[in-house]
Amino acid sequence: MELNKKLKIRNKLGLHARAATKIVKLSNNYKSSLFLRKNDQVVDGSNILSILTLSCPKGTELEVRIAGEDSPDFMEKLSDLFEQKFGEEI
Amino acid sequence: MSNHDVAGQKNMKGVAVSSGIIIGKAHLVDRTKTKILYKYLINDEEINSEVERFENALLTTEQQLVRLKNGMPEHVKEHSFILDSHLMILKDSMLKDSTIKRILDEKINVEWALKKSIVAIRQNFEQIDDDYISNRINDVEYVTERIFRNLSGKDQRGLDTINQRVIIVAHDLSPADTTELNVDRVKGFITNVGGRTSHTAIMAQALDIPAVVGLEAITAQVSEGDILIVDGSTGNVIINPDDNTILFYEKKKFQHEEYKSNIARVSHLPAESIDGHRISITANIEFLEEVAAVKSHGGKGIGLYRTEFLYLRSKGIPDEEELFEDYREVAEIIAPNPVTIRTLDLGGDKFVSKIEMATEMNPALGLRGIRLCLKLPDIFKSQLRAILRASAYGNIQLMFPMISGLQEILDAEQIMKEVKDELDHNNIEYDHDIKTGIMIEVPSAVTMAETFAQYVDFFSIGTNDLIQYALAIDRINEHMAFMYQPFHPAIIKMIKHVVDSAKKAGISVSLCGEMAGDPLCLPLLIGLGIDELSMNSSAIPLSKRVIRSLSIKDARSDLKHVITLGTSREVRTYLLDRMKALLPELVEKGYLHGM
Repeated sequence: MELNKKLKIRNKLGLHARAATKIVKLSNNYKSSLFLRKNDQVVDGSNILSILTLSCPKGTELEVRIAGEDSPDFMEKLSDLFEQKFGEEI
Repeated sequence: MSNHDVAGQKNMKGVAVSSGIIIGKAHLVDRTKTKILYKYLINDEEINSEVERFENALLTTEQQLVRLKNGMPEHVKEHSFILDSHLMILKDSMLKDSTIKRILDEKINVEWALKKSIVAIRQNFEQIDDDYISNRINDVEYVTERIFRNLSGKDQRGLDTINQRVIIVAHDLSPADTTELNVDRVKGFITNVGGRTSHTAIMAQALDIPAVVGLEAITAQVSEGDILIVDGSTGNVIINPDDNTILFYEKKKFQHEEYKSNIARVSHLPAESIDGHRISITANIEFLEEVAAVKSHGGKGIGLYRTEFLYLRSKGIPDEEELFEDYREVAEIIAPNPVTIRTLDLGGDKFVSKIEMATEMNPALGLRGIRLCLKLPDIFKSQLRAILRASAYGNIQLMFPMISGLQEILDAEQIMKEVKDELDHNNIEYDHDIKTGIMIEVPSAVTMAETFAQYVDFFSIGTNDLIQYALAIDRINEHMAFMYQPFHPAIIKMIKHVVDSAKKAGISVSLCGEMAGDPLCLPLLIGLGIDELSMNSSAIPLSKRVIRSLSIKDARSDLKHVITLGTSREVRTYLLDRMKALLPELVEKGYLHGM
């Protein structure tokens, strides 16, 4: 199954090392593959350096694609992570 | 002791910067980067074994990182994400797969291929606009340096892995090095370069361990595991001492410690002269861990909290929460006594790679202190917010470093106002009456003191930098160290002008350089009428001992006389004679070294 969704970076510092670490950690728990798209650049969501080089400051909108059997659960957890600003701000 | 060599034993002499005697094993610290060899591979067999070598190095690196992560103490566990991100970098296809591909396609050795991968990653990172993210290249370099070391079979011992009590032998120790140091494991420092106010010296005094610097080529003379005697009162360092020498120093060490514990026993008493003049003695600290020592040494609060430490670690710029927790904890432990937090004073000799800075010819005169903060308002604001928020939990004062003109005070106050408005807007608590002061450490600030006193709540005289700027002496340059003179009449007159200006305006004035903890300077500083002296905790007991034997009347007349003298030598001789009469044992015990 393939899911697509737009997610917005809401935390102050943007998609930096700590946040990217959390995304990669999450994606390691699933069989599905994750791709993040910004403008015409697409990166593998299980690669920390690729995520960092995508350069996403606060306010960036990413097109997220998750493909695989467990994609619904993965998408839900990933949306939560974005929604909760990667657990960085209270 | 004679200065020539006796049967296997080598005697060296350097600059004594932190008193005490220690006998122990040497640990050499090598900060050089691993050298890289480039070569082409001839056949498939070589190529395969090269790929295997790479995979083995990755595995070793992974095991080391996991071990580091598991070994992190409980209270810093929340930062373990940094090691997680390092582990991820290690497995990242941009690093791993592309290096293997290069070995196979280009038939080059691992080191070369890995180097090419790093160059490619760096190019990607350089295109990132966001400085915070583009600086993550430092993490990539940290991980790859580890891989290079593993490939070369080089020893991985960093400063963080020392597991027995040793004496650190190094060319020099940077603030970044010392942040990695496990301080419980270090008995003493000896270094090739440095002077009385170098970072190594300040660090050793803060930790209350002996240190000798400026030994020129000590790293070439000492081998790992050599037995060393370090006498931080005289500057003598003995390599592989014979039995008689060890015996002699064991005895000296015992006497020294006995004397120290004698003064420590009365260090809780107030710093009051025999005729009833009181002064506040506070401590300079750099890390949270030092707070306990401040209390046990009898400090009445913290006169200078240097905040660079959290910015210098390899983790990158700390976030507001981390700073807030740190400041709050210090404030809570020290309350009701005050903590004066100095805002970020980076630049100068404390280079931080996380904040992009051009290589400066003359960093002491460059972008540092308040100048850097005003240039990077986001970093500055986040620190101010953290300090203000913490002020709700204790008695916090705030102080700006390196002020050289009124405009900087106005600009800093403006930013401060913005931060306060934000906090008010969000209903976040802070101390609305927080006192704000400035460091007086640039000669122009001395001249402008009367004007500045109208705008701030207090002055703190930073003599380390003031002496350097006023006398045009680089305090790190070991060849110039002899001209770095706190007793220079110009310095005494400058301090007097600042104190008089503060008194006239009715604001308080403290002094927080190394001078504050120097017994010889104390009569002058007391005579001047300074309200507070802030020093390394370890200097507090002795300073109190000296102050409690002085009279304010004599101190004032000493000052009156000294101000008429023309050279530092005359000033020093006069003060030394006075101290010999007052507390002869100080001179005998070697407490009046250095300055």
